[in-house]
Formats: sequence, structure tokens, C-alpha cells
Amino acid sequence: MKVGVVTFPGSLDDVDAQRAVRLAGAEPVALWHGDHALKSVDAVILPGGFSYGDYLRCGAIARFAPVMREVVDAANGGMPVLGICNGFQILCESHLLPGALIRNDHRKFVCRDQRLRIDNAATAWTNGYEAGDEIVIPLKNGEGGFVADELTLDLLEGEGRVVARYLEDNPNGSMRDIAGITNERGNVVGLMPHPEHAVEDLCGPGTDGLPFFTSVLNALVAG
Amino acid sequence: MARVVVDVMPKPEILDPQGKAVHGALDRLGFGGVADVRQGKRFELEVEGEITEERLAEIRTLAETLLSNPVIEDFAVRVEEPVADEGLGA
Repeated sequence: MKVGVVTFPGSLDDVDAQRAVRLAGAEPVALWHGDHALKSVDAVILPGGFSYGDYLRCGAIARFAPVMREVVDAANGGMPVLGICNGFQILCESHLLPGALIRNDHRKFVCRDQRLRIDNAATAWTNGYEAGDEIVIPLKNGEGGFVADELTLDLLEGEGRVVARYLEDNPNGSMRDIAGITNERGNVVGLMPHPEHAVEDLCGPGTDGLPFFTSVLNALVAG
Repeated sequence: MARVVVDVMPKPEILDPQGKAVHGALDRLGFGGVADVRQGKRFELEVEGEITEERLAEIRTLAETLLSNPVIEDFAVRVEEPVADEGLGA
């Protein structure tokens, strides 16, 4: 199994995402923002960071990178795509996911271990969890406030498309404590916290993030 | 040449933490009487040729797809001033 990890100018967590893919038992494939092909990968991760310096809006310029045309087509065709942090912002700007992410309501960058509840354990990226599982993974963002209109929020909740919610303190003002969502098909997932930083006991708060990367392998085998 | 200005503002119902931070600074600096501050963006496009309805429609599409995110922002497009093209540099 090959999982592509896109590097945009300003991506930070691409190497950690590649490492998480390797620890999960798949082969990471480096993709460049200027690529016009996905190099036969089976899934794609858009990693965290500050693509294009977060100029204009987070993810707004990355959306128009050549590789994103391929990623959007592949996602619409059912390929699993995970956007973490900046990757989540890019997925929203690309309209693969609804809503948007705005500056944290308290205006400060936040970096801490965050407790989450997995609400949807049926997506390509969360089938290794049980619905209701509580996990702790790092969170680090300045613009992580998930917003959408009431209609969209009701739709997301009604269709079970909220993948994860913040427990205890809401770290960034996200509406309805939403930390991650999925598309109707369940192959595209956006998540603000960082599962790729919680895949080894040596560093980070544990290995609670690893199932994101093993789940996609299950999904690919099943698919 | 003409200048087309695109103003982008956070939608009224969307929290604007930057505007709030500026508002807080006004109070600290002793500027009273300002009830609220909202911060947006202004883009100035120097457009070649004549500004036609088709050209403006293109710019509106540009404003909608790249310059603003309609989920969280509103935009307004206006032609600011016709810049005298001929005779410059004489």
C-alpha cells in the first residue's frame, strides 16, 4: 500500500506524516505541490504546516496547486484523503469538505495534548477506533476554529459526519466542539489535531493517533 | 488601465478576532467612542484595457473563488478610477 504525503512550500509535518505511514505498515510516497500525477498512490495525506505562508487565507493558495487538481479528482473518485490541520484548511478551501477554519476565538496559538472523542468510526481513516473512544493527541493551531452555518452544522451532525469532537476545553472556538469532519462518502476526513505526532511511545502523549494510519490500510484492503 | 477594488470583509455573523484585538488596542490607547472594529482586506487590481461588464463578471468570479471564501466572507467589487493611460511619461 502506498500513501502519498503532499509537501507544499511551508508544509511542516510532512515528514512526521510519512513516518506515521511507515509505522502503520505502508509505504509513504512524497508528493510535491507542483506534481501533475499522484504516482500510483492508494491514499493521500495533506499534512500540517503553513502552506504558502498562510497568505490570503490558510489553504487558499494551496487549493490551486497543480497537485490539488489530481487530489480533488481522486477524492471524488473515492480515494481516501486525510487533511491534518493545514491539510483540513486546504480540504475546506477545496470544497471537498464544508465549512471553514478561522482564527482561534481567544486569538492565541495553542499547543497542547488534546483529549478528543471519536464520534464516527466508520470513515476510511477512523475504522480502527470504536465510536465513543477517547484519545489524546497533540493539537497546535492558530486558526483552528471550525465554522459553518447552522444548516450545515445540523446536516453534519444529522448524517453522523462529525468525526471527532474536543473534550474538556474547546481549544479554539470551534462550533459544536468539532475537531474533525468527513464527506458523505467517508473517504475524505479533515482533522485539526495531529494524530501523526502520537504514533510512538518515545515522543508525544502516546500512540492514540496510530489508528488513523492503520485504518486507511483496512479501508483499502476492504475496498 | 483602470483600478478595480475588491473589498473583502468577514461576514457579520462570523467572529472576527483580529477586529476585536484592534478594538481592544483602541481602548488601551485612549481612543474612545468606537463601538466596534472589523478587519477585512482590500485588493487593488490594475486592469489592462477597458472595463466592460464581461471583465467585471470575470473579476467577480475571481473575487468569489480566490480573493474571498464565501463561507466566511463577503466581497464588494468597484471600479475606483480611470487612470489616464495616454500622455503618461511625457
